[in-house]
Amino acid sequence: MLAMNFRGPFRIRADRHRPMPEIKHPQDAILRVTRSCICGSDLHLYHGLVPDTRVGMTFGHEFTGIVEEIGSGVDNLKVGDHVMVPFNIACGTCPFCQQKLFGNCHESNPQASAVGGIYGYSHTAGGYDGGQAEYVRVPYANVGPTIIPDGMDPDDAVLLTDVVPTGYQAAEMGGIQKGDTVVVFGAGPVGIMAAKCAWLFGAGRVIVIDHIDYRLDFVKNYAQCEAYNFKELGDVVLFMKKTTGWYGADVCIDAVGADAAGDAFQSLVGRKLPLTGGAATALHWAINSVKKGGIVSIVGVYGPLDSLVPIGNVVNKGITIRANQASVKRLLPILIDHVMSGRLDPKAIISHRLPLEEVAEGYHLFSAKRDNCIKPVLIPPRATA
Amino acid sequence: MENKNRPEPDKTMEADYDRNIANSSKDHIPGWGIDFNPENDPTYPMKHWNGADHQRSNYEKPSQQPIDVEVLQSIERPGVSRVFGTSTPPTGLSGAIRRWAYKWNESTYLHWVPLVLADRINVFEGYIDDFKHGIVPNPFAERGWQAEWKYNRKSFVQNLAIGVAIAGAAVVIIKQQNKKKKKKRYVM
Repeated sequence: MLAMNFRGPFRIRADRHRPMPEIKHPQDAILRVTRSCICGSDLHLYHGLVPDTRVGMTFGHEFTGIVEEIGSGVDNLKVGDHVMVPFNIACGTCPFCQQKLFGNCHESNPQASAVGGIYGYSHTAGGYDGGQAEYVRVPYANVGPTIIPDGMDPDDAVLLTDVVPTGYQAAEMGGIQKGDTVVVFGAGPVGIMAAKCAWLFGAGRVIVIDHIDYRLDFVKNYAQCEAYNFKELGDVVLFMKKTTGWYGADVCIDAVGADAAGDAFQSLVGRKLPLTGGAATALHWAINSVKKGGIVSIVGVYGPLDSLVPIGNVVNKGITIRANQASVKRLLPILIDHVMSGRLDPKAIISHRLPLEEVAEGYHLFSAKRDNCIKPVLIPPRATA
Repeated sequence: MENKNRPEPDKTMEADYDRNIANSSKDHIPGWGIDFNPENDPTYPMKHWNGADHQRSNYEKPSQQPIDVEVLQSIERPGVSRVFGTSTPPTGLSGAIRRWAYKWNESTYLHWVPLVLADRINVFEGYIDDFKHGIVPNPFAERGWQAEWKYNRKSFVQNLAIGVAIAGAAVVIIKQQNKKKKKKRYVM
């Protein structure tokens, strides 16, 4: 079958000779992929920032597909169902899944105890091949996959598997109270969705910070918020203090993670060498920009190594930090309702649709931010939906 | 003493500025406040507390996926998880380094740094594997430079020209040095 094949940092291939996935467990299903996104966090893999990312792996954790085959223990799905698949692989029965922490499942990742299984996201996240392929193996198919409701656009559905829930949970973890000022660091797809969702929780003011002008223009219109280029602001933290009456924002959201720009030292030790878990510039700014007693919500992805953050300021300011991989399954019912009722329009962030054969071009386009790229979606040749 | 770095006072310094914006009408934003929840304190709704974890340690576990490939396992776990990925089992020198790395726990550099090293070695193993299978890597295609050619052609050509010029200059310098060495040997 055709699938993305990782050959090393900044090198990937559309490979027509990848083996077909097989049922390995009674609760497995095999899906024929209909849509597969390239996620901002895939770029951390693409840039070589996530340890134990092996040559030959297929990435892709945001996808929809049609059920082609099911294992003997699958009774919630049938062949032919068109489903969206949360990026977290979750058993549904462990103590963490019982608490609806589906991103922290204890029975889906033998390689690490700190993170649950994620499709196509290195062996640090379980060693599963991902959905940037014609077919994909979906473990625990009774738990994760959700049938796409009648009338839902497949482009909306594929974005409900990661970027929308992650943006929504970023706002949710902010504990936003009515009238709060919310600052979102990062105008990538997750930051855009976090800004949009902050209003749903009653934010009084939403500010987005980035350095890519076309993305700032987009988020300004799409999320009806304020948007600023940090290169023009000079001192970001000082600007935040000034614009909030010298208090700081009520809530700061880090929607950037390991690949942040804006600080030469962080970039050197976190991205170029890399000696830390990534460039923690956005998180640094978030901690210093939030008010005393405020909340910092982290959905940006970092590597497992230590990161350079001003933890002393967290203590002195009494900041609450909330962070997690999005618990997609928990959030799907409410997000489906938001999409079907028109409150959220995820597909508007899709800027590029590419055939799976052009996956290398898609990664470069997204990574180098060419052609005003915001969100690329890959369409496999056998996709019919 | 006056701080020269202190910004000039302007309207954004007024404490009310932030609140004035915050309190403005949100009628134009669809769904504004629809999910507002005053109980959304820092522990809710991320964790739906339903009893202490130790009371659920005997939860009904799914059946074990047959372990028919080499699976490296975190020493912070009691065993292999009930399902796991079968992509790219460890092989070669990178595999040996990975096996060693998994002897250390997840909170040590001895675990993660060797894994990063193994990833880099794995890239060279990938080249060897490609050649073994008669595949010649195509950097233009693999690095997605078609996109660069389409959308950033001027810079792409410029960078390519600079790269070729530097490589050409390096070849010329090396050749000249080799010639000088040969002459010295002849003289001696």
